[in-house]
Amino acid sequence: MSTVNGKAEEPVDGASGRRAPTVADFTTGQEVRWCPGCGDHAILSTMRGLLPALGVAPENTVVVSGIGCSSRLPYYLDTYGIHSIHGRAPSFATGISINRPDLSVWVVTGDGDALAIGGNHLIHALRRNVNLKILLLNNHIYGLTKGQASPTSKVDTIGPSSPFGSLDNPFNPIALALGAGATFVARTIDSDRRHLTATLTAAAAHKGAALVEIRQGCPTFSAIPRQPSRAAGQTSPEEPDNPAAPEHGPIRLSPGLPIVFGAKEQWGVVRDPSTGELGIGHGGDSRVVVHDPGTQNSTYAYGLARLAETSLAEPPIGVYRSVSQPSFDQLYQERLATARPDGRGDLRSLLTGSDSWVVAG
Amino acid sequence: MPTEQLSERSEGARRLENVVIRFAGDSGDGMQLTGDRFGAQAAALGNDVATLPNYPAEIRAPAGTVAGVSSYQLHIADHDIRTPGDQPDVLIAMNPAALKANVAELRPGGVIILDTDAFTVLGLEKAGYDVDPLTDGSLDAFQVHAINLTGFAAAAVADHNLKRKDAARTKNMFALGLVSWMFSQQIEDTIAYLHKRFASKPDVQAANVSALRAGWIYGETTEAFANVYEVKPAPLPAGTYRHMKGNKAVAYGLVAAAHQAGMPLFLGAYPITPASEILHELAALVSNDVRSFQAEDEIAAIGAAIGGSYAGTLGVTVTSGPGMALKAEALGLAVIMELPLVIVNVQRGGPSTGLPTKTEQSDLLQALYGRHGEAPMPVIAVRSAADGFDAAMEAARIALAYRTPVILLSDAYIANGSEPWRVPEVEELPFIGIDLATEPNGVDADGNPIFLPYARDPVTLARPLAIPGTPGLTHRIGGLEKADLTGAVSYDPDNHDFMIRTRQSKIDGIDVPPLEVDDPSGPPGSGADVLVIGWGSTWGPIGEACRQVRAEGMKVAQAHLRHIVPLPANLASVLSEYHTVLVPEMNLGQLAGHLRRETLIDTVGYNRTRGMPFWTAELASVITRVIQGIDEDASGAAGTKPVGDVGARLAAMSEAGAAKPAAHAGTATASQHDATREAGR
Repeated sequence: MSTVNGKAEEPVDGASGRRAPTVADFTTGQEVRWCPGCGDHAILSTMRGLLPALGVAPENTVVVSGIGCSSRLPYYLDTYGIHSIHGRAPSFATGISINRPDLSVWVVTGDGDALAIGGNHLIHALRRNVNLKILLLNNHIYGLTKGQASPTSKVDTIGPSSPFGSLDNPFNPIALALGAGATFVARTIDSDRRHLTATLTAAAAHKGAALVEIRQGCPTFSAIPRQPSRAAGQTSPEEPDNPAAPEHGPIRLSPGLPIVFGAKEQWGVVRDPSTGELGIGHGGDSRVVVHDPGTQNSTYAYGLARLAETSLAEPPIGVYRSVSQPSFDQLYQERLATARPDGRGDLRSLLTGSDSWVVAG
Repeated sequence: MPTEQLSERSEGARRLENVVIRFAGDSGDGMQLTGDRFGAQAAALGNDVATLPNYPAEIRAPAGTVAGVSSYQLHIADHDIRTPGDQPDVLIAMNPAALKANVAELRPGGVIILDTDAFTVLGLEKAGYDVDPLTDGSLDAFQVHAINLTGFAAAAVADHNLKRKDAARTKNMFALGLVSWMFSQQIEDTIAYLHKRFASKPDVQAANVSALRAGWIYGETTEAFANVYEVKPAPLPAGTYRHMKGNKAVAYGLVAAAHQAGMPLFLGAYPITPASEILHELAALVSNDVRSFQAEDEIAAIGAAIGGSYAGTLGVTVTSGPGMALKAEALGLAVIMELPLVIVNVQRGGPSTGLPTKTEQSDLLQALYGRHGEAPMPVIAVRSAADGFDAAMEAARIALAYRTPVILLSDAYIANGSEPWRVPEVEELPFIGIDLATEPNGVDADGNPIFLPYARDPVTLARPLAIPGTPGLTHRIGGLEKADLTGAVSYDPDNHDFMIRTRQSKIDGIDVPPLEVDDPSGPPGSGADVLVIGWGSTWGPIGEACRQVRAEGMKVAQAHLRHIVPLPANLASVLSEYHTVLVPEMNLGQLAGHLRRETLIDTVGYNRTRGMPFWTAELASVITRVIQGIDEDASGAAGTKPVGDVGARLAAMSEAGAAKPAAHAGTATASQHDATREAGR
């Protein structure tokens, strides 16, 4: 292994004959240009730590992004990558993935990039189950264009383009992805390195489209509602014993464990046996739901995704849904194989066809 | 009846040098299939054939109305032809609306074959006829054969267990059989075609074959037609030939290009008329290493194609004008990332949805300039249906060799039209493969080997391509300006200026063949005074018109631009050799304006946007007027408008030394001139 791109030679991995990739292998010399305090730094750092652990060589990793603060990330990862155009990253990544199933293809996008200008490409990548790991860095605001309300900003967000407060309801990225038929949907937060790493690792292991919403704030242009949002504001008295109180912190979803939260796990997500609807009950309630992201029917995950909008201060984090379905690149390659049972077609016979005639000289 | 008996020729067929036949009916009557089969039969017979399908935008416009008429015109000849002909000699009208929509263009004395079954009170009313044209004498100028095509077809298929409606639908095959007999054509190929096409529906298959044969026999056994005609084979160069549609030729050219580049072909496309057929053709060619992907929209289609190119395939996207508009931003990305890509625009009438099934050349300026920033791209135009193959290969060659997106312009006329195509030997196709980067090509400040994705080939200025999976060459590309060599993000003003000029130089330096002039009377400067120059599908009508004008004893030169960006290096010097340069276009002068910008030479325009190709006679008339205008000019005749004086203009140019002395120095008007008004149509 020669030393290339400025990296020092390191010990060779005995089994493969190549040294194992390190954090340095995934780090470029480009100066990182995010604002101080931005969660993107933590996400980049997590990715640099995570990618070597996945066992995929840098040259077999492709990171594609759109436009926005989050979309600068590929420049800082020493893999193959495209910093494309606003909202279209999933389309470029799809072209790469279906032609090159040997590659690990990641999409880095933001709430404006993925949910406003690029909404169409996101939902189609998800419904096709293209083998992409999509990191949706959701800071609830347009940062690069200086603070306008985004599709995930709460109602009444004040910004330069909404000086009297925004009027439009925000998207719930998890619910949207589930509605598009996504096979892997997770939510994590930039400030919890362990949870972030675990969630991205699970996404990387998923065969098919994996959408991970990474919730974060923007240190420069906070999405500040003029008043508490309608949903939370009208239903969350600030009593410590109310599940909508911020003090209870995020709810962590762990497969096989009951969904309970609060300092003393005094609250839990319960299912109404008669309607099947999810709600908030006491932690000790026998109806507390045991989390199962493998449920084929996405109704449960959808209910969980919507729960926070009415009853919680912070939405649950963790893997909402993880089900196994053939990925698009796999189906595509199978179709290519079965559509040509006799092997490669001959160009000469294609051009000549069955309806040609010969003119003698 | 055994096939052998059908193939017996009637004696005394009258020989025709060429004939123009138009099949017309309701859009559900199968006229496109009928015309296509007739053309294939003629081609198999060795005729030269050119076709013009013409159909409404609606899949099923209101039945029986003029708006719902679909037609298919064929020109078959015993000599080399380039157009589907002007006025039909023979019109097959399957209903009153088809008659009404087409009879005005029929040549006086021409033949009309019509289906009396459709000439009912209701049928006439839907077509807008107050009086039955069969009885009011309005068709006296034509030879009318009123035949109950539907009735005979239904009777012929009575044994095939079809519903009455399905039985009646075989009338197009009955008509085809009849016209095939009338023009001494074999129908065996069509029978074989029907066997294949309806293999899964034995009843329908048998009924269509029966109707086709019955039509042929009807012609043979009745004495309805005074004459049977014959068009002898055209002398074509030796080789294997196929009847080829433009869209299919482009598809095959792309497949051959990928084959000759040693790469898989990857198509990202979104359905749009009239380009979808290329998607359909390519989707079926999986065994030829073609991968097609129907994207969620036009933007995703080009996005996927760019992704495919980045991943090591030959990325292609196909669309029409509205789709091109949507792809514009992604084109800019492909320009700055310098990736190979072929974008096919099958032009249709615009703006907006415009005339989606009709032809036009109005996307030229969009192709040349329709991007933000300085975003130069090569532009190539297909000139005819069969030429789609070569033009597509050339587009791919340039895309690969120069690592650039290339726009290939076709149009609806080319897309749907067809003509004989000489099948090339695979061995004679050029190899257009490129070497992908596999090793570092530079060193960093510390002397370590690094990959420089923007270190260029000194001749072509092409950058090295390293595809994902190549160890040691990881790099990022994107829409932000690149630093020279390293490709790192750079906001440096001088670097930006340098990169813009470098990208432009790369496109300017593409090797394209010199412009050739067709003028039997001599080379530029010593032959004709008038040069007719065109691009795209006007090649055929311009060529035929020039032949016609020459047959009348006048001199005219023709030149054709396949490469519009970059233009042939000798363009300005060629144009400057002529007193007048005439540019007929199916737009309002887009090439003419571009020529003015690039050569400072004013031209005379002839511009029509009727959704239909030019007629030969129409262009011949325009050319004649322009030639005569020059003669009148030279003789000092009063009252004539001066045409643009190229010599005087050139004298004013800075490179005056290269200009030829003006042949007609007396006329100094240098305004762009429009022959359209003079042509008076």
